[in-house]
Amino acid sequence: MGRNTLIAALSAALALAGLSLPASARTTQAELKPVPGGFTFEQPVFGRFDQGSLQRGYKVYAEVCSSCHAMDLMYYRNLCQQNGPFFDPKHPNSNEAPICKAIASSIKVPDVDQDTGDATQRPATAADKFRNPFPNKIAAAASNGGAAPPDLSVMARAREGGPQYIYSLLTGYVSPPAGLTVPAGKYYTPYFPGDLGSAWTGAKDKVPQGGFISMPFQLSPDRVTFDDGTKSTTDQEAKDVATFLAWTAEPKQTERKEAGLAVMIYLLLLAGVLYVSYRTIWRNVSH
Amino acid sequence: MSGHPPSTYEPKTGIERWLDARLPIVRLAVDLMDFPTPKNLNYWWTFGGILAVCLVTQIVTGVILAMHYVPNADMAFNSVEHIMRDVNYGWLVRYIHANGASMFFLAVYIHMARGMYYGSYKAPREVLWLLGCIIYLLMMATAFMGYVLPWGQMSFAGAVVITSLFSAFDQVIPGLGTAITTWLWGGFAVGGATLNRFFSLHYLLPFMIAGVVVLHIWALHVPGNNNPTGVEVKSKQDTLPFHPYYTVKDGFAIVAFFVLFAWFVFFAPEALGHVDNQTPANPLVTPAHIVPEWYFLPFYAILRSIPQKLFGVLAMFGSIGMLFALPWLDTSKVKSMRYRPSARIFFLLFVATTVLLGWCGGKEPDDMVMTMGHTATGDPTGFSVVWFSRILAVYYFAYFLLVLPILGLRETPTQVPANISTPVLGGAAMPAGSAAQAEKKG
Repeated sequence: MGRNTLIAALSAALALAGLSLPASARTTQAELKPVPGGFTFEQPVFGRFDQGSLQRGYKVYAEVCSSCHAMDLMYYRNLCQQNGPFFDPKHPNSNEAPICKAIASSIKVPDVDQDTGDATQRPATAADKFRNPFPNKIAAAASNGGAAPPDLSVMARAREGGPQYIYSLLTGYVSPPAGLTVPAGKYYTPYFPGDLGSAWTGAKDKVPQGGFISMPFQLSPDRVTFDDGTKSTTDQEAKDVATFLAWTAEPKQTERKEAGLAVMIYLLLLAGVLYVSYRTIWRNVSH
Repeated sequence: MSGHPPSTYEPKTGIERWLDARLPIVRLAVDLMDFPTPKNLNYWWTFGGILAVCLVTQIVTGVILAMHYVPNADMAFNSVEHIMRDVNYGWLVRYIHANGASMFFLAVYIHMARGMYYGSYKAPREVLWLLGCIIYLLMMATAFMGYVLPWGQMSFAGAVVITSLFSAFDQVIPGLGTAITTWLWGGFAVGGATLNRFFSLHYLLPFMIAGVVVLHIWALHVPGNNNPTGVEVKSKQDTLPFHPYYTVKDGFAIVAFFVLFAWFVFFAPEALGHVDNQTPANPLVTPAHIVPEWYFLPFYAILRSIPQKLFGVLAMFGSIGMLFALPWLDTSKVKSMRYRPSARIFFLLFVATTVLLGWCGGKEPDDMVMTMGHTATGDPTGFSVVWFSRILAVYYFAYFLLVLPILGLRETPTQVPANISTPVLGGAAMPAGSAAQAEKKG
């Protein structure tokens, strides 16, 4: 009841704010960093994921991000599906692909004992969802200073700039400018959207861009050892995990672009045929 | 000459004669295909056919999506992602449906602008125009409720903002607005009950649109098509049978339109969406910048341009209400603006105004169109978006309430041709043969 009343009050306030009041908070963030080499997969027609980068990105997620961030929309089998990080044409059924079975079986997921009903743990299968690091949202928030780490499944689609935002955020930690009071347990980054006015003691028109984030800097060099021998720098780790998250946000992206090419060629040919038909049928009409 | 000519259908077999005596549906189809259509229709006239295809596309993809979608506040977001990930070609069906809404509105705006430019709303086509306005209203309701269904942050915020508009009626009768919003929500806030009923209505309304489309086509077939000259069809020389002349021309236009449609679906499927809608709805977190879909932005700008809520809401509904009154606001007897040089300028200004209102609707009211200085806290000052929208909104209404009524009485139109086949060029009648040649480029 209390929660419903709160939601009703907030909805009403939101409605009023949306209608009559100008937004009072001035949320700012710095212009995103250029990514060395760029994200070629973002090219709308011919952009494709680099499978090596996806594999390295999954490793960064598995060894770093996954200790706090869930990916509720992802299943281990997804890693082995067509155009996925570990797709192998010899194993078109992603549930049966040995790599995915091996990845899954090394991870324990919670289950319920079918005889006793007790909570138990068992090795995951390829058909299981990515393990959630916390049993529930409250536990996730409680272990992280009150803010549950957001689910990363569609993160690359849920922020302006997508993978470039993720890259900028992960590599963009800098020491706060003098005059900015960073609250305990928070970190300053110019790329996290926020309004730093109240924490700023300098000139009123010089409020720094960016915000405070609860996540400390993670991707130090060599935090993850890449299996393919790629040098593990902060840039490389961030670029690869951003690529991986762009893939998880839309695993069917490559299928979409490939189908699009065929559809475009078909439509243009059909349009040509119809135009010629139109000119032929109308050739004797003065109009 | 207008309306359907005597039917040319002759049932040849016994079974056809038997059916024709009981339900002459084959006769109907044949007569529709034979319908005499002005021979000078340009490409702006292809958008009717394009819109029919848009409606069918939305219904077919929508029915498939409804097989997999779950209208539950806790499951809706993930069920949409399930469609994108695990349903065979679900990503394709959903991207067609989501972008199809935008394509539908793009086409309907062109269709409406064509009707306004060529005076297609004037006698004897007022009912045809009114039915079109009803379709447009139903489309807006359908699109709004459809946008709520993925239950992302912008879905939720949009549902709250739009349904809360009705709370403005509290300023007329205290308690009335609150009662309406509570009734719309099915509770005391936008929640699961709201989502479930929006899904039900989102499934219902397209079929009502289809019903009104039938009436719209019926109302078209009574007076027949308007045409770029605005001169009514006078003789058989002015017309061509709909099939094959316009089936092939519309067919070409539809496929050309599909090229644009497919570009969005396959290569830029999120370009017309908003990133905030990729975060599941959370009533406790409000997006920093609430914006509707692009096709509602002009009306959103009109709403926000008026600080008093009730008048803002009335202005927004009034801006659509203008369309319904249009046939009686335009006093000119000349249909096509081809022969109304001054009206043409006012019309182009009106189109530009609507586009600029849309631009304003996508900005924050306090953003600056022209920055002239800064406050002590570094905020820019100058000519703001809200003031720009006010000026534009004034012209929007003035176009309907002042320009069209007055202009029709005061302007001097250029010479209107006597009939479609021999249009007047340069103010003087030309021999039939050369006129037909010259008209080809138009």
